[in-house]
Amino acid sequence: MDDWTVTVNGRSRSLHDVAPHTSALDWLRAQGLTGAKEGCAEGECGACSVLLATPDGADGTAWTAVNSCLVPAAALDGQEVVTAEGLGTPESMHPVQAALAAAGGSQCGYCTPGFACSMAAEFYRAGRATGGADASTDDAAPTDDAVAFDLHALAGNLCRCTGYRPIRDAAEGLGVPDADDPLAERRSHPAPAVVATSLEAGGARFVRPASLDDALARLADEPDATVIAGSTDWGVEVNLRGRRAPLTVAIDRLPELRAFAVDDAGIELGAALTLSEVGRLLDGRAPLLDDLLPQFASPLIRNRATLGGNLGTASPIGDAAPALLALEARLVLVAADGEREVDLAEYFTGYRTTVRRPGELIRAVRIPLPLAPLTGFHKVAKRRYDDISSVAVAFALDVGADGVVASARIGLGGVAATPIRARATEAVLVGRRWDLDTVRDAASVLGSEGTPMSDHRASAEYRALMLNRSLLKLYRSARPEEVVPA
Amino acid sequence: MSDLAARPEGAMVGAALPHESAARHATGTAVYTDDLAAGRHDVLTAWPVQSEHAHALVSLDVGPALEVPGVVRVLTAADVPGENDAGAKHDEPLFPAEAMFHGHALAWILGETPEAARLGAAAVRVGYEPLPSIVTVGEAIEAGSFQGIAPTVRRGDAQAALAGAPHVFEGVSEVNGQEHFYLETHASLAHVDSEGQVFVESSTQHPSETQEIVAHVLGVPNHRVTVQSLRLGGGFGGKEMQPHGFAAIAALGATLTGRPVRVRLTRTQDLTMTGKRHPFHATWRAGFDEEGRILALEATLTSNGGWCLDLSEPVLGRALCHVDNAYWIPDLTVQGRIAKTNLTSQTAFRGFGGPQGMFVIEDILGRVAPLLGIDPAELRERNLYRPGQTTPYGQPVRHAERLHEEWARVRAESRFDERRAAIAAFNDAHPDVKRALAITPVKFGISFTFTAYNQAGALVHVYKDGSVLVNHGGTELGQGLHTKMLQVAATALGVRMSAVRLAPTRTDKVPNTSATAASSGADLNGAAVKDACDQIRGRMAPVAARLLGIDEADVRFAAGRVSGPDPDGTSLGFDEVAEAAYADRVQLFAAGFYRTEGLGWEPGAMQGHPFKYFAYGVAASEVEVDGFTGATRLLRTDIVHDVGDSLSPIIDLGQVEGAFMQGVGWLALEELRWDTSDGPGRGRLLTQSASTYKLPSFSELPDELNVHFLERATEDGAVYGSKAVGEPPFMLAFSVREAIREAVAAFGPEGYSVELGSPATPEAVFWAIEAARAAREATGEPGAPSTPAAPELAGLPAAALRRR
Repeated sequence: MDDWTVTVNGRSRSLHDVAPHTSALDWLRAQGLTGAKEGCAEGECGACSVLLATPDGADGTAWTAVNSCLVPAAALDGQEVVTAEGLGTPESMHPVQAALAAAGGSQCGYCTPGFACSMAAEFYRAGRATGGADASTDDAAPTDDAVAFDLHALAGNLCRCTGYRPIRDAAEGLGVPDADDPLAERRSHPAPAVVATSLEAGGARFVRPASLDDALARLADEPDATVIAGSTDWGVEVNLRGRRAPLTVAIDRLPELRAFAVDDAGIELGAALTLSEVGRLLDGRAPLLDDLLPQFASPLIRNRATLGGNLGTASPIGDAAPALLALEARLVLVAADGEREVDLAEYFTGYRTTVRRPGELIRAVRIPLPLAPLTGFHKVAKRRYDDISSVAVAFALDVGADGVVASARIGLGGVAATPIRARATEAVLVGRRWDLDTVRDAASVLGSEGTPMSDHRASAEYRALMLNRSLLKLYRSARPEEVVPA
Repeated sequence: MSDLAARPEGAMVGAALPHESAARHATGTAVYTDDLAAGRHDVLTAWPVQSEHAHALVSLDVGPALEVPGVVRVLTAADVPGENDAGAKHDEPLFPAEAMFHGHALAWILGETPEAARLGAAAVRVGYEPLPSIVTVGEAIEAGSFQGIAPTVRRGDAQAALAGAPHVFEGVSEVNGQEHFYLETHASLAHVDSEGQVFVESSTQHPSETQEIVAHVLGVPNHRVTVQSLRLGGGFGGKEMQPHGFAAIAALGATLTGRPVRVRLTRTQDLTMTGKRHPFHATWRAGFDEEGRILALEATLTSNGGWCLDLSEPVLGRALCHVDNAYWIPDLTVQGRIAKTNLTSQTAFRGFGGPQGMFVIEDILGRVAPLLGIDPAELRERNLYRPGQTTPYGQPVRHAERLHEEWARVRAESRFDERRAAIAAFNDAHPDVKRALAITPVKFGISFTFTAYNQAGALVHVYKDGSVLVNHGGTELGQGLHTKMLQVAATALGVRMSAVRLAPTRTDKVPNTSATAASSGADLNGAAVKDACDQIRGRMAPVAARLLGIDEADVRFAAGRVSGPDPDGTSLGFDEVAEAAYADRVQLFAAGFYRTEGLGWEPGAMQGHPFKYFAYGVAASEVEVDGFTGATRLLRTDIVHDVGDSLSPIIDLGQVEGAFMQGVGWLALEELRWDTSDGPGRGRLLTQSASTYKLPSFSELPDELNVHFLERATEDGAVYGSKAVGEPPFMLAFSVREAIREAVAAFGPEGYSVELGSPATPEAVFWAIEAARAAREATGEPGAPSTPAAPELAGLPAAALRRR
């Protein structure tokens, strides 16, 4: 079977001879579609942004913007891609392209195709605008929230020339898709089905198993395989550090890993749900995660990155772990010989090492309910949008009606070889009144948790003080009704 | 008004047109250098072998690379038929025997694929004999490691003036470098054509110099090499001198293999191999009178030039000529010198030393205002140049009144005083968050200080059908030069925009061009295009006069029609006149030329008239600083900037806003970190990717950004009354740094002088806040508890400000 194909801008193209390490970006460019550009090859600049047709959670399709530099071309087997060239042409521009061009939204133009794709994804976002019969006319400025353009959609795209103001104006001036817009219309049909893929080129293999059982069986046979979900971390290893895997196994579309369930005991989040999907599915149920998710990289990354991936790489600066530690999350690990559940706090064993055994996958993350009422996620970084944490602190506190701290769980990132719980601080807080004296005492303990280091992001001294200040900041910002329930 | 500045009726200059390539940008169909290579199977990829030592003698064993499948050839010094040099100063060996910085390219591998070339480069065995290295300016000063010129700008007797000044302050100011981070990394694609011409596509701001370097590496005359610059995915000065070596590698590979060769740097290669903005270190003494007027300044500026000279000398010269920024300083002695260190070769970057020079005086004013007990806005306004005054290097500050006009307008339009009162109330009510509003000016000199560069050429063809093809010597880096040139040509010939096409910049059309740099692209090339068009129109006018039966002096060209004085009278199409002129054997093409008049500069004495004119701007910015983390947010900026009479308002607005934001990045975010330890990684750039070197994103855009042009601002000495705009607005960003400083001061006691690290990252701001809080605590005023002093890492100036 060698009919690996991708539909690009409505035309079917063969993936024949594509090496597993070849990115969608390089493959598209080799096809002559040079609109997508390489600006950084690590998902930081968005110049390579393209649109993928993905399931919208119902029976339709969402146009999802992704960094094509981080998506293996082989992972596109059977899928649909739209690039800037597919949105429109100079003679017949797409509305987002026309808006960018007219507003002075391009100068050197190198980042512009990527901006066009990120803007188009937001233009077509379900719920932003329904389109159809009451689509607004050209001169209709967006007036209500349903049409408003969420500028955070562009947080993963860098422009070095314009200073962004004209791009903001172009985005905010967009209306809704025309009734006969083909990409809008495409949304009402199902996304392309997942295709089991087995592809070999240049002595390396790329496999997308058909089922979890298939995946586990293969990993049992070949435990050294590189497992990828959104590939937002592995893609960087491939591009920047030249890492190559003899066998890459893609698990991001396995239905068993994409469950979402809520009951009285807790929330179960499938490990292969993207962070964007997690946010949509939670729909405000977990305020701490609502705090976290907009600060997690950029939408282009969140559209691919998964909780399982973020915990699987076990980076000490991954932002999901501190929040999940504060929520006392547990991981469901699955292998060919069965499942087990581990406390996330017991999961990390050292720098990028965990209790996960070869051949074992993270199937789901379980968050026990009820959630602590007072939560906060504090990320300290150089830049507000799309940066890596110097320090991340997640709080989940329960202050009783008597004003005494009944429980406290604090997760920390960036201050040790692994994400950690601030247990000494928690111990200081529990049983004491939630007041400034307690907070000061606890903050001074918090400032000595972990073993922060100095590097190019921040000094050790600053990191330690940021721990200290984060609790003070939480105290200052907490509204009384959040702290002491009526 | 001069002929150069006067605009005809119906001029296309001044029309608000989008970028000429905007539709192609947005649809992904605008082609950049490396797009030409994509999908071509005959193209070889060149990949560098980079030094892993900051300074070492090297020996190469390339044999293992040749064993790697797909590796075609290794390029080393032995392959160079001409001069083994990639720089205009002859101090940049293309293939060095001595690695001069961590990341220095030592050899290049040609592979059938990027993968093969990369693996080949990794297979080369490099022997290192490490040598002592110098990384920081401080180390260079201590070791006496300098290079190039050490000029001094002098007026009056600063020493005597300081001795008599009522207030004298001294200190050290240090400012960081900056990575260009053009979104398109360096790229070249070369092949040898059927006639033996070496044709190089290069992402270069300086095609003629790229051509010259390629020719001297190949050992052939310049006429054998043609360089084309299609369009750049950003340049900002980073592609003025840096592209030459990459073009030479591609050209050398193509001549040796007979196949096209491409070089396209990865982001990390670009960051670790190419030059950046110079970091500067300054020591200074400044004297003030009782009213806060600057009486005298003595300063020594030391730039970190990196391993070779590159453009460090003119960058330093411009820094010295901008230490005054917009302020009258009666007695002044400013010395400059260039540290030679084992870093990348620092180079041109928007502002070209001007920002670093201005940083010194703005840092001084921001630090001493509280000590003088004068509001910083008031202190700055009092010292602005007034009409009739001259710069320390002897050039009259023509149009100094524009500074005052802009200052007043920004204050009024930003509701400066009203908002300041609101901010004071906000700060009183918020112990953990402080805001501030600051206003700063810019005066920036326009012209290359290397006088010979102030010339340009153009080649304009009018075809028989009336269509027009324009070639000129400038390159399109995104700044909209081509858009402006189309507007100039349409205006000068009186044709519609659709009648004019602009051909890619190439050295076989217009020779001996200057770099597209120093904001001069439109001034120089626009005047050259206009000259060519004026010549052609002058030859067509008699033809039209005969056809229309009118006097030649009465012929008018406008909007594609040629008519007499009465616009409703008989007229001809431009195409009809072109056809008739051809039949009359009239030359319908012309070479245009322009040289800037009135310049006179003695680089040795640092005296004279280096600039044709000054561009002026004023900005007011409001920031909010988080006392917990040091994070800042830019709330609002108001700008009034002088672009003369704009050639193209959308383009100019984009330049003002984009430059401002890039300046904000330099001053408040972007941080180059080098390994300064004695460990094995010494000299290595630590921030060598987009995940560690952060440039402004949407989050740095102010919530409100109001930009206006100064009105009635005709510049008589420039094409159609316009002014250069690329660089001057960059320095409007000082308003943001000064606002951060004032917001930090609000955490301290009354009259507290803030020393702010640069860049003012959250951490640097946090340490400044901690110092301010400690000072407040020391005075017994209420405030947050203080914490340990800042570590060295926070990048604070080493020497404290002292008052005498």
